Amino acid sequence: MIEKPTIKGTLKALLYLAPALIVLGVFNIYPIIMSFLMSFYTDYDYFKNIVHEYGFDNFIYIYNDPEFRTSIKNTFIFVLGVVPASIILSLWIAILLNTKIKFRGIFRSIYFLPFVTSVVAVSIVWRWIYHTDYGIFNYFLGLIGIDPIRWLTDPNWAMPALIIMSIWKSLGYNIIIFLAGLQNINHQYYLAAQIDGASSWKRFLHITVPMLSPTTFFVSIIAVINSFKVFDEVYALFDGKPGPAYSAQTIVYYIYDKFYLEWQFGIASAAAYVLFIIIFIFTLIQLYIGKRRVTY
Amino acid sequence: MQKAALSKGFIYIILIVGSMLMLLPFVWMLSTSLKSSGEVMMMPPVWIPSDWRWDNYETAWGMAPFARYTVNSIIVTVLSTIGELLTTILAAYAFSRINFYGRDIVFAVLLGTMMVPGEVLIPNYVTLSELGWIDRYPALIVPWLASIFSIFLLRQFFLGIPRELSYAAKIDGCSNFRFLWTIMVPLAKPAIVTILLLKAIGSWNAFLWPLIVTQSKEMRTLPVGLTSFSTEAGTVYELLMAASTMIILPMIILYLILQKYIIEGVAKAGIKG
Repeated sequence: MIEKPTIKGTLKALLYLAPALIVLGVFNIYPIIMSFLMSFYTDYDYFKNIVHEYGFDNFIYIYNDPEFRTSIKNTFIFVLGVVPASIILSLWIAILLNTKIKFRGIFRSIYFLPFVTSVVAVSIVWRWIYHTDYGIFNYFLGLIGIDPIRWLTDPNWAMPALIIMSIWKSLGYNIIIFLAGLQNINHQYYLAAQIDGASSWKRFLHITVPMLSPTTFFVSIIAVINSFKVFDEVYALFDGKPGPAYSAQTIVYYIYDKFYLEWQFGIASAAAYVLFIIIFIFTLIQLYIGKRRVTY
Repeated sequence: MQKAALSKGFIYIILIVGSMLMLLPFVWMLSTSLKSSGEVMMMPPVWIPSDWRWDNYETAWGMAPFARYTVNSIIVTVLSTIGELLTTILAAYAFSRINFYGRDIVFAVLLGTMMVPGEVLIPNYVTLSELGWIDRYPALIVPWLASIFSIFLLRQFFLGIPRELSYAAKIDGCSNFRFLWTIMVPLAKPAIVTILLLKAIGSWNAFLWPLIVTQSKEMRTLPVGLTSFSTEAGTVYELLMAASTMIILPMIILYLILQKYIIEGVAKAGIKG
């Protein structure tokens, strides 16, 4: 029943595709190519849109820019801080939510709530939670005898503050996807294992983990990509600054800074491409591990 | 039996403690938004305000042009959601039902571009300024009128609708275009509602893009307006919390009404994506 492509069919398809392709072409594909070229602009007249010279200067510049190095370092710390913790916590909660308990729907909605809310608005709420003297975080820490931490003004604590909030924000989405994955596991496996006398930990390790590997794989790719692009949280949590003494400066923040505040299009594009390459390499690594480890 | 009951109790405890931690920021926001400035700065913290200051909302609303920001956010959200749904439905139909030259290549190229960090596409700014759209609605809407992810999601759904249906319709003299809108679209309702909700939430909460392409106060959307308000309001936390509540509330309400779809939809999109 497979129809062969025809000229007539192609024209008809183009008609259906035109609106999407025009938008995607102009605002997605064209800029991907353009920003690649732009990253090699070394002498550029923005007002006249004339390029006088091409070269590697932008890449050399960011390579030597300590600020860019800081933002790469911070972004990696952020990804390492958020992704594993978020995946482990959300898997755990998803497994608990997958048992036969009451109020499952209500629990699910509550965990998902941060996902639907504005990052900017919740970051401003967290700014108040992290307040050194009047924030509830330090109040609770005080109850267990820990001295107030200057979450947002101490460069050593800015990153942990950002990471804690981001884990909170990301849990719901991961939980939902894990729940869907868990519901696809045939219950028979657990029954069989139970008859064989496998403990619940063994059942988790030998049934849940391997059967859930495609889902975990998907969740980790999405989580890594999203974490590399962190920006809104930083901007709102530190009130339009990249943390005290640049302690929470991330790659996208750097790009924003170079592009929007300093009008250095070439440097911003070069940094954007570095970010793209990092994400690309990570996705490839994950795909490679996925091929070897994921059992379908 | 006793052991099972015990572990069930353990599950409830963990889940309840977890949901309290998830809800705490919202409770703290709401409670602060109704306090007097004296009570805001009190240690130990006051959870239930002694006198509920509803006028905080009025004061916050009046201190910045929030009415204008809200109108902008509504215009941008509604138009870009409707637009994306239209382009998505048409494109997903072509990719799932018409076999045309270069289909697989075009589809592969589109999927490949999904990995590129969307918001750092600097040349869009140049394009928009050449079009004279900076600081105008089209800059906030037009670049977001199509999404590869949505096209992919809906195409998967369309592929699941039996082809026999379209042959039957053809014999009955129904045109392809009419068939798409009267039969396929209603059948794909779960996927379409999901795309709609994710888009509405994303559009309402978008920050970096509106921050970059708006310059005047009049063109700001709510999240951009909120950050500038937070700089201006400084440490007046009861007003900041009132403003945050106002911005978060519409999407929470939308979500609570349509949560059945979104949870299913995200899960499905997740598994297939």
